[in-house]
Amino acid sequence: MMDLLHWDGTLSAKDFRIGAVAFAQKWESLNFAFPPWVWVPCPKHPWLASPEEEGYLSMEKICISRLNEEDIDQTTQIDTDEEEASCSGNKDVIDDATLVQRNHHELHYYDFHIVYSNTFRVPVLYLRAYCSDGQPLQLDEIEKELPTCSSKELSKSKWTFITQEEHPHLKRPWYKLHPCGTGEWMKLLFLNDTAQPKFEVVLELYLLSWFSVVGQVVGLRIPFKMLNDR
Amino acid sequence: MEAQKYVWDGAIPLQIHLHESQVTTLPPPPPALILAPRIGYLPLLASLLKPYFSSTLPPGVDTIWYIPTGVLFDLLCAEPERPWNLTVHFRGYPGTVLIPCEGEDSVKWSYINSLKEAAYIMNGNCKNVMNMSQSDQLELWHSVMNGNLETYQRVSSKLKLATVEDEHTSLCSSKSQQGFGETDLAGQVKTGRVPVRLYVWSVSEDFDDLEDMPKVDSWEKISYINRPVEIHKEDKCFTLHDALKILVPEFFSNDLMNVKSAGVDFEDALRIPSEDVSSDKVVEDHVQNAYEHREACSISSSAEIKLIRIQGIEPKLEIPFSWVVNNLMNPDYFLHICVCVKVPQQNST
Repeated sequence: MMDLLHWDGTLSAKDFRIGAVAFAQKWESLNFAFPPWVWVPCPKHPWLASPEEEGYLSMEKICISRLNEEDIDQTTQIDTDEEEASCSGNKDVIDDATLVQRNHHELHYYDFHIVYSNTFRVPVLYLRAYCSDGQPLQLDEIEKELPTCSSKELSKSKWTFITQEEHPHLKRPWYKLHPCGTGEWMKLLFLNDTAQPKFEVVLELYLLSWFSVVGQVVGLRIPFKMLNDR
Repeated sequence: MEAQKYVWDGAIPLQIHLHESQVTTLPPPPPALILAPRIGYLPLLASLLKPYFSSTLPPGVDTIWYIPTGVLFDLLCAEPERPWNLTVHFRGYPGTVLIPCEGEDSVKWSYINSLKEAAYIMNGNCKNVMNMSQSDQLELWHSVMNGNLETYQRVSSKLKLATVEDEHTSLCSSKSQQGFGETDLAGQVKTGRVPVRLYVWSVSEDFDDLEDMPKVDSWEKISYINRPVEIHKEDKCFTLHDALKILVPEFFSNDLMNVKSAGVDFEDALRIPSEDVSSDKVVEDHVQNAYEHREACSISSSAEIKLIRIQGIEPKLEIPFSWVVNNLMNPDYFLHICVCVKVPQQNST
């Protein structure tokens, strides 16, 4: 019987695969505004069959609209409190059907990958952004579109919070949210759950809980309904 | 630790050519000859190259700049050529493909992040690296840049990064050296993780001469595996061979496939504190299987290891892994291993 107290908040590669499938299913079943997460198998060596299926979750071509400071001043009467509230995850995510095209911006698209880290034994969020013509966005441009608290964090720790690295499977530069500490706060998330679930349940909910925190950094917020639906 | 000194003193003679598209003068500038430290990184040579090539823009290195120079050389030069000929582009390198290098800072932070990762693998957290004072961090980085082993050893020992124990280390190590790894319920140190980065490239034929081996011309063709190796502390006979079998079991005899898949469950079993003795027995059985198959031939029907290179040498597989790690690791505490594998000819799809 799994003892949550002794768990360090991390997953084995095998558990990640199980958790990923569960997460993708939950995401889809709740008829969420965003497209489904797709599992992309990735053989370790392109020229050799691997005994273990490695892979990652992918959700691509997401168009994200955010209210930044300029828009707030120009167009709406929205309280500045809303920006803070948005970081605490109390707001519903913005439906991409209500996407607003800002006059002074063209549309930006985001690709998100959830990749397992053998080192930290946790999922890691990789992302990249580009314009409609495929031109990649640099970090400073992406930063402008992040929620305020994220861009503050970014300016504090430029080299350690979101770093540009080679995607572990794709050999292209992607941005990655540094996973240091993930195990610790994942453990806390589940320890705080008074239901004291079995590990099988923990595994099923692991990625969902993880994403509810990590997604906020990049402005993807899961509605509370989804989190409470156990 | 004499071997470490050899590693730090190791350097590769480079002959740097300016790419013909970049030549703006007549006659074109002669190639520059530079000695590049193995444990360093190519972009750090930029300041040395500037006087040779007085182009207006700072040079970009058209290769994977965050990988140590020595590793690149071991990978890209099957038959070590001396000097190693490199062509440098000064402007317009493909930014969409290669991660842009913003100079020394980029390399430094890439190094620090690797160090954090290594710390996490060995100690279970990166606190010691994160809590380094600015001056310590700078001193450590400069010691790497300048190849100053003494300073490096002094500053890095403050980090108390648990290294692998082997017979030699335990005999002459200072008392501050901690054993590493997870403790079981009885407080015994059972296992530990070693940071390893493996670079695999494949060839489809046997070559009598390394010179005839096709060169690796694209980073895409290299399988990069960033995966720690778990070591059992009681296992004093854990060899380089054993480590490789864990990292790339698909290159070894098919019998070992069973051991490997059991190894995955073993990870899970470790996380759960075992109340019954039987699970410990299961763990012992797995280790025993690994011993039995150690003698098995390393040739499998699908892939065969042709070459293993660490710090430019081809170590015998029977060498204790702990010795390899302690003596041949890079300043980022990672052991970088280059492997060449022969695979049967694939039909193009």
